[in-house]
Amino acid sequence: MTTTDINTTAVPRWWQSRVARRFFGHRLALLGLVMITLLTLACIFGPYLLPYDSLHIDLRGRFSPPMSGQHYLGTDPLGRDIAARLLTAGRISLLVGFFAMVLATILGTLIGVIAGYGGRVVNAVLMRFVDGFLSFPTIFMLLALAVALKPSPVMITIIIALTGWMEVARIVEAEVRSLKEREFVLAGRMLGLGKMHMMFREILPNCMGPIIVAATLTVARAILLEAYVSFLGFGIQPPLPSWGNMLNGAQQYLGSAPWLAIIPGIAITLAVTSFNFIGDGLRDALDVRNDSF
Amino acid sequence: MAAFLFSRFLQSAVLLVIVSIIGFTVLNLMPGGPLSQFALDPGMTPADIARITEQLGLNRPLHIQYLEWAWGMLQGDWGTSFRDGSPVTAVIARHVPATLLLMGSSTVIAVAIGTWIGIRGATHRYSGFDYVATVGAMVALSIPTFWFGLIGIYVFSLKLGWLPAGNMYTIGDQSVLNYLHHLIMPSVVLALVHIAIWSRFMRGATLDAISQDFVKTARAKGVTERRVVMKHVVGNAMLPMITLAGVQIPSLLTGALVTETVFTWPGMGRLFLDSLGYSDYPVVMGLLMFSALLTIVANLIADITVALVDPRIRLA
Repeated sequence: MTTTDINTTAVPRWWQSRVARRFFGHRLALLGLVMITLLTLACIFGPYLLPYDSLHIDLRGRFSPPMSGQHYLGTDPLGRDIAARLLTAGRISLLVGFFAMVLATILGTLIGVIAGYGGRVVNAVLMRFVDGFLSFPTIFMLLALAVALKPSPVMITIIIALTGWMEVARIVEAEVRSLKEREFVLAGRMLGLGKMHMMFREILPNCMGPIIVAATLTVARAILLEAYVSFLGFGIQPPLPSWGNMLNGAQQYLGSAPWLAIIPGIAITLAVTSFNFIGDGLRDALDVRNDSF
Repeated sequence: MAAFLFSRFLQSAVLLVIVSIIGFTVLNLMPGGPLSQFALDPGMTPADIARITEQLGLNRPLHIQYLEWAWGMLQGDWGTSFRDGSPVTAVIARHVPATLLLMGSSTVIAVAIGTWIGIRGATHRYSGFDYVATVGAMVALSIPTFWFGLIGIYVFSLKLGWLPAGNMYTIGDQSVLNYLHHLIMPSVVLALVHIAIWSRFMRGATLDAISQDFVKTARAKGVTERRVVMKHVVGNAMLPMITLAGVQIPSLLTGALVTETVFTWPGMGRLFLDSLGYSDYPVVMGLLMFSALLTIVANLIADITVALVDPRIRLA
């Protein structure tokens, strides 16, 4: 046997797998991945490289338009550097979006697996609660909870997760219910494997495709929702900047300082679009057929 | 049909109970409960607060409070607004028409444009148009509605001066044209996300219909392609869209809330935000429940409509 033979029969690396090749062949997904990587790097390192701190107030330099001196994106009504605020805000918004996704995915997966694997009564009760939560307009629920539970970044993350787990639960429930009838599950049951083992060790790993896709799209949703509540003044509270609360109050200066409104909105749209593109690419790569999310 | 109606009504009733439990839980999560507004008033002594608590029955066990509250709501007693003492139902009723007008007009826009894009995308699959529509829909779903509204105001009100920046009408001019003029921008802003959703779903439904046997039959009979699409394909693809219209209600209300805030539109969304600011919990609670009720009723109507149109569902 020669060396070349060994190479061709070697186990393919992850980037050579079919899924990876399909994902990286998806132009939009790749664009999304590049955009979000650049945005994340800028948010992590950017604030150290800029000449101003995000909280530095300069009352003589209020409302400077973009590209004035060292204020590359201008200043806000308190004379704070918008570029510095935008990147610092990005840290908050992206972190909230990411952790809200983690929480929502865990909660949704748990409920979905239990509902899907459980008996008729368990399924009916859990899924009716999913329907119940879906009956409320997200923003109404979000605002009511934000007022009820004092908004700190951690609390906002939890609240967003509380209003965003239902889609994941639905997807997982449907998946588990169809897998439940498959031979490997029957085989496992006949071997006497416990319910917990069946649900989380045998069935759950087979649902990872749809869960990963849903999770990616949930990040997009969570970033948007954070922007909504913070814009309305009930989310991340100043002086801590977030993309949403930078837009809070921007409307009254729309005529004189439109950059206050335009810049953070572009950042939100870029971040959310990236995650939506990545989610779309993953859906194609992982062969997940789900139009409803 | 009777069996279908019965089971569907029962389902809605169960959902209503669950929604009320969720809503009541949210209300009781509020710190200081429904009385935080009085607690902030310096003229209030602890004795006063205790008396009000007693009067409003807030010191009884939770499940009794829930049952009383739910029973009251069923009878149309949704409490009174802390702000002006008028019944919550009356306060909400005053704000419903503006929101319905906004939601209605933007749904018309979204359905008209969205279905057209969806059908064209499906019949010209993988064409340049289809590609642009797909990417465009994903971008549209990523734009925050309120930001789109701000940009709209900046361009069309402040720069071009074509459209008003807010409110429902100019004071002193209540003509229909004036209302329409004020309605254009908020409706389009609210419609954007829904154009994207409708076009995606319509594209999927059209593709499903196109691959059916009856379409092949119609083509084999020599029916023109235009007629095949307009009559056989679209007719069948529209069915799931009726369900979608019901499902979209919560997302429309979410969009309406932020749109109303940006455009100072006097609807339910603005009322909700104002009431939050005033800690007017009965109104907040009423709106939360009313929006869920609206969703449940809309879904019920949508399902019954589909069953009326499609015998396969009615008789199954």
